[in-house]
Amino acid sequence: MKDLSSPQVLSVEGLSVSFGKSRVIDRLSFSVGKGRTVAVVGESGSGKSVTSLSIMRLADLTGASYDAGRIVLEGEGGEFNLLDLTQDEARKIRGKDIAMIFQEPMTSLNPVYTIGEQIAEILMLHNGLSREAALAEAAKLLSLVRLPDADAMLKRYPHQLSGGMRQRVMIAIAVACRPKLLIADEPTTALDVTIQAQILDILRDLQAEMGMSIIFITHDMGVVAEIADDVVVMWKGEKVEEGPVKRIFAQPEHPYTRSLLSAVPKLGSTEGQDFPYKTPLTVLVDGQPELVGETRVQDTAQTDGAPLLSVRDMSVDFDIKKTWYGRTTHYVPAVSNATLDVYPGETISLVGESGSGKSTIARTVMQLVEPTKGRITFDGRDMAAMNLSERQKLRRDIQYIFQDPFASLNPRQTVGWSVAEPIRTHGLIDNERDTKRRVSELLERVGMPADVAERYPHQFSGGQRQRICIARALAGKPRLIIADEVLSALDVSIQAQVINLFMDLQKEEGIAFLFVSHDMAVVEKISHRVAVLYLGQIVELGSRRQVFENTAHPYTRRLLSAVPNPDPTAKREREPLSGELPSATRRAGDRPATAVYDEIAKGHFVARH
Amino acid sequence: MTAFFQSRYWSLEFILGAGLTTFIVIGVLLSRWLFPDVGAIDLMARLVPPFERPDHLLGTDPLGRDVMARIFVGGWISLKVGFLSVLGSVVVGVLMGLIAGYYRGVWDIIVMRFADVQLALPFILLAITIIAIVGGSLTNTIILLIVSQWVQYARLVRAQVLALRDREFVLAARAIGVKNRNIIMSHLLPNLMGPVVVLMTLNVANNILLESSLTFLGLGVDPTIPSWGGMLADGRTYLQNAWWVSVFPGVAILLTVLGLNLLGDWLRDTLDPTGRTQK
Repeated sequence: MKDLSSPQVLSVEGLSVSFGKSRVIDRLSFSVGKGRTVAVVGESGSGKSVTSLSIMRLADLTGASYDAGRIVLEGEGGEFNLLDLTQDEARKIRGKDIAMIFQEPMTSLNPVYTIGEQIAEILMLHNGLSREAALAEAAKLLSLVRLPDADAMLKRYPHQLSGGMRQRVMIAIAVACRPKLLIADEPTTALDVTIQAQILDILRDLQAEMGMSIIFITHDMGVVAEIADDVVVMWKGEKVEEGPVKRIFAQPEHPYTRSLLSAVPKLGSTEGQDFPYKTPLTVLVDGQPELVGETRVQDTAQTDGAPLLSVRDMSVDFDIKKTWYGRTTHYVPAVSNATLDVYPGETISLVGESGSGKSTIARTVMQLVEPTKGRITFDGRDMAAMNLSERQKLRRDIQYIFQDPFASLNPRQTVGWSVAEPIRTHGLIDNERDTKRRVSELLERVGMPADVAERYPHQFSGGQRQRICIARALAGKPRLIIADEVLSALDVSIQAQVINLFMDLQKEEGIAFLFVSHDMAVVEKISHRVAVLYLGQIVELGSRRQVFENTAHPYTRRLLSAVPNPDPTAKREREPLSGELPSATRRAGDRPATAVYDEIAKGHFVARH
Repeated sequence: MTAFFQSRYWSLEFILGAGLTTFIVIGVLLSRWLFPDVGAIDLMARLVPPFERPDHLLGTDPLGRDVMARIFVGGWISLKVGFLSVLGSVVVGVLMGLIAGYYRGVWDIIVMRFADVQLALPFILLAITIIAIVGGSLTNTIILLIVSQWVQYARLVRAQVLALRDREFVLAARAIGVKNRNIIMSHLLPNLMGPVVVLMTLNVANNILLESSLTFLGLGVDPTIPSWGGMLADGRTYLQNAWWVSVFPGVAILLTVLGLNLLGDWLRDTLDPTGRTQK
């Protein structure tokens, strides 16, 4: 870590931060060398974001107190302690010497000002440029972050840009005054993998050009391996380990680091396997790592019989613009001509980037969205032809688990009430006592103590809530569970546990899963078959092994190459990525071309391209 | 109910709010027995200032009637109008808002255009029209207030429902197959009552005053029956030299509203299991 040839830009020495009585950071020390990237990794609640906010001196504005320690920044006139500054002095540092990029590009730009005005603002403030000079400099910055047509871009408003473009504007603002230190707080978490890869490339290039140091805060070990020179691992407000990135990945010393790394799914980890398999997990028991679970081949799919769910030529359109008398002029073909089977006990994954239609397929199967055309049959019966009671029965057989465990439980009802809801709704158990017993069973089934039933959702962490949602999904004894990005809001160690839980449920109860995800590594780990979606069309469909090892469609290859590899020694061989997804909005009557498929191997379909 | 007696619910808000409200309600309910000779006119004791004579602790009005007695007895009408009109508006308004927001489509158009028309009518015009048709009485005053105020609740609730109905827990309930009625009752209603409770406490005071305006215009209850609003209006002309005639009924309204507001805040915080709104 201590690279003597490069002087320190910032060092945190024995920092302790509290909110009220609870201490969120305890005696944290690390330093950032000039031109180096330090990744601060940890799970939610580990204190990594508070660390960055403390360096920016924004934490005390939200009520934090600095109990001990120093944060020393090297300035022109020698070093000084950031914690000694008044807020007025700190404001002069912020944006000029230390700049920050936030996680959510959709909300961190002001919607009523143009991009140009927002970049020029900081230049006029810190560098005293005139408006014209600031705008000229802003155009240069935009081309630096590879936004095309910079002059036109200056005049546009944030809502006219995609998430990836907005994050690039945020980076342009952050580097406008050529800061010594850039703090990036989960800057790519909200973005698609291909866009994430572009943003990481841009950050790397900017760093080389400006010689700035970066503190990169993330929970994604793949991103760490891609971008970091040094790593600081945080756990429960303390630093548990630090060191050069290669050493951390090759020989993690602290048990927590080891369990963290063992939980990270690696792309290519199941190469040569026909079936997904369950792997044991390293979990911390009383601070000591322990291997839990067995290795088991997940050969649960019963593909010889009839499919449980089959979707034929299904299209879903969303109307965007209508004339005043109600005729649609513009629409988005969210899904076009999707054809897909799900067999009992099988996990089939829908992968693609945002806007690819993967969630729409899931929601249509769940009858939350009406298909525009096509046929969906469940257990041999056509959904469109079902009467009300059959549809109601279907809502027991198919269960949906949502992405955000914080939003999918009613905050005003107890956990037990929510888990019992399907039982009450379908009248599965007619008395209160047996319902309670069943709820306890379900909660225990997903690894929660039964006495949590009386508590409210806000008392649980994200992972616990997702387990509660799974318990609720199991209450109706479903045959198909649709899991819509259920892992993306969870920490990696929790992710791995939930994956294993899904596999156990599938083994024991023969449940089929329709697994919607953007995370290729997770998909590879869990799926029997994979369907890759691009702009509402399935471009490649096949067994996991076919899609991942004999990738045939260029879009699938592009997706795979964008996935960060959690191995810092691996060579980066990536097709240079650029560009955005084209807009999906079409005029009424303008249908997208129907994809024609070639079966290049048995069960492996690829759209002609 | 056991949770009720845990310490977190015994906040200062609750003690003050419940104390004030209970005091006023009990005082008003017992006023018939406490002040049997409330209407007694004593022209020898006109406009006695407060705190001078023990039998007229809060002074007397221009006809020599005891202000304190009239406040307690007059509270009966005021509280009845205030509470019943607000309860009625909430029932109608919340129901309409839920229907409009949840079912959208035709229902939304019907309810909301009706509400727009309602909002476009000036209150006094509406009052004159309705009272001219059905005649002035306590019941009709309350109905009039309900007719003119349910819109506020309907619009508030509809906006809340529009935000809530696309939240994932509502979607999740739909995916399970929960009936619309149960989604409304157990998922929407508990999550939108907070702002409704706040609006209710504000409207109680508003309606007590509106009743007095109506009475003042001859559109409300019989002006010889004392009510807080009526006393406020009566004392207006004497404000220069006999402030107590109108100030004390005003204080009564103030204390009632304060008590209800505190109770409303407490209720909102207590009903919210996340405790987010708590300080």
